Amino acid sequence: MTFLSNLINGISLGSVYAIIALGYTMVYGIAKMLNFAHGDVIMVGAYASYCTMIYLGWHPLLSILFSIVVCTLLGVIIEAFAYKPLRRAGSLAVLITAIGVSYLLQNVALLIWGSTPKVFTSVVNFEPLSFFGGKLTITAESIVTVLACIVIMICLTLFTQKTKIGKAMRAVSEDKDAAELMGINVNTTISITFAVGSALAAVAGVLLCSSYPTLVPTTGSMPGIKAFTAAVFGGIGSIPGAMLGGILLGIIEIFSKSYISTSLSDAIVFAVLILVLLIKPTGILGKKITEKV
Amino acid sequence: MLKVDNINVYYGKIHALKDISLEVNSGEIVALIGANGAGKSTTLKTISGLLHSKTGSITFMDENISHTEAYKLVSKGIAHVPEGRHVFLQMSVLENLEMGAYTNGRNIKDNIQNVFERFPRLKHRKNQIAGTLSGGEQQMLAMGRALMSQPKLMMMDEPSMGLAPILVEQIFDIIRDLHKAGTTILLVEQNAEMALRIADRAYVLESGEIKLSGTGSELAKSDEIKKAYLGG
Repeated sequence: MTFLSNLINGISLGSVYAIIALGYTMVYGIAKMLNFAHGDVIMVGAYASYCTMIYLGWHPLLSILFSIVVCTLLGVIIEAFAYKPLRRAGSLAVLITAIGVSYLLQNVALLIWGSTPKVFTSVVNFEPLSFFGGKLTITAESIVTVLACIVIMICLTLFTQKTKIGKAMRAVSEDKDAAELMGINVNTTISITFAVGSALAAVAGVLLCSSYPTLVPTTGSMPGIKAFTAAVFGGIGSIPGAMLGGILLGIIEIFSKSYISTSLSDAIVFAVLILVLLIKPTGILGKKITEKV
Repeated sequence: MLKVDNINVYYGKIHALKDISLEVNSGEIVALIGANGAGKSTTLKTISGLLHSKTGSITFMDENISHTEAYKLVSKGIAHVPEGRHVFLQMSVLENLEMGAYTNGRNIKDNIQNVFERFPRLKHRKNQIAGTLSGGEQQMLAMGRALMSQPKLMMMDEPSMGLAPILVEQIFDIIRDLHKAGTTILLVEQNAEMALRIADRAYVLESGEIKLSGTGSELAKSDEIKKAYLGG
């Protein structure tokens, strides 16, 4: 029974990583940059939801919507002020800027909310489900998280495969100049990608803090790094890869925590990543198409 | 239709185009020939807005487009088939054509039919990923994709590059057909012989400057051209 319950916890934690990883992977696919501030957008999303629920007494659903709006705007603003001016600059300049933005967000959060942890109230108010006469319980948070992850995955796939903007995103991620020659406004497309990624970060933040309720200004950084790992693990730039990578990472983490060692679990997670990259450098679902000349 | 007046383009400190002026009249095929690195592609990229000139002006249909961004020019009627085709390799043939119609949602079905009539091989492969097409098919796709915007002026950069001679003939036949159907064409080619054969007029570029210009047949007869580009 513990195996099953570990598996479920792993899938649930992995779903959160997957949702965050989607943001990393989409932005990487399109802007070819690693947005290291993405993890901190999660934290802002969680605080936005926390404040509206606690101080204003909003309904959880309303607070999630508010958090999505805040993060979407934040993502677009970060892109416009920090990354857009560096569009033609080297990738190192952008990377360092992203790290700078990450610290900026953490420190502003520290100024506003202080370092004392806030106890996040779960946005899910259902009873946990009990199976086998109470031997196996599944928390409502786990169920909602996994469901949210599945819904997001389906919506995102439909969005990129079927809609005009989604297809434009794929075109931009493959070949910016060619996309521009089709009449696609590349800058707008990049902004939209940041908006979508950051909206997902808000959802991830709320779900993460519903399961793990300690909210501090650095709440987003470790899950952010792990989700980035998940994105690379699954094949960066690939949406199904981010999903698969996230869920596998969650399962590996929970299993190492319960069967090997709590303190070593992170080390094990990253060791697995290194192994995968040694065997398949493009990640599990990553692919390289050679260009025909 | 298109008037390029004294443009100067730089890549950093490199002066890539020096006082280039050229003109394309409605209904013409104009060829731009020259050796590798002469500035042919740079000229096309500047016209289509991917690069910008420091001086001079570019006028299209009586509108100054010198500073217009590339994505806005498609709906004004300029299509650019880039060197090396640049089709979207991970998208299907049909999706590539849809991207070509990004600014031209009207008649999209009819336009796809027209492209398939012109390039029957694309029809058979419409659901295939573009990365799996042969070089010739990718060139056809790149041209078909450009046609989806129903351009007034179509600029083609080295459409024959890397293709087998029989395919080169085919591509040039298609260019001739497009021209007959009323599309104005600005063609960049290293294959000077073929280009001069179909061009009404041509410009010869050398190290970023226009060295010669004239009608296609005049240039084909010129000794200088024969020596430099037509193998004696």
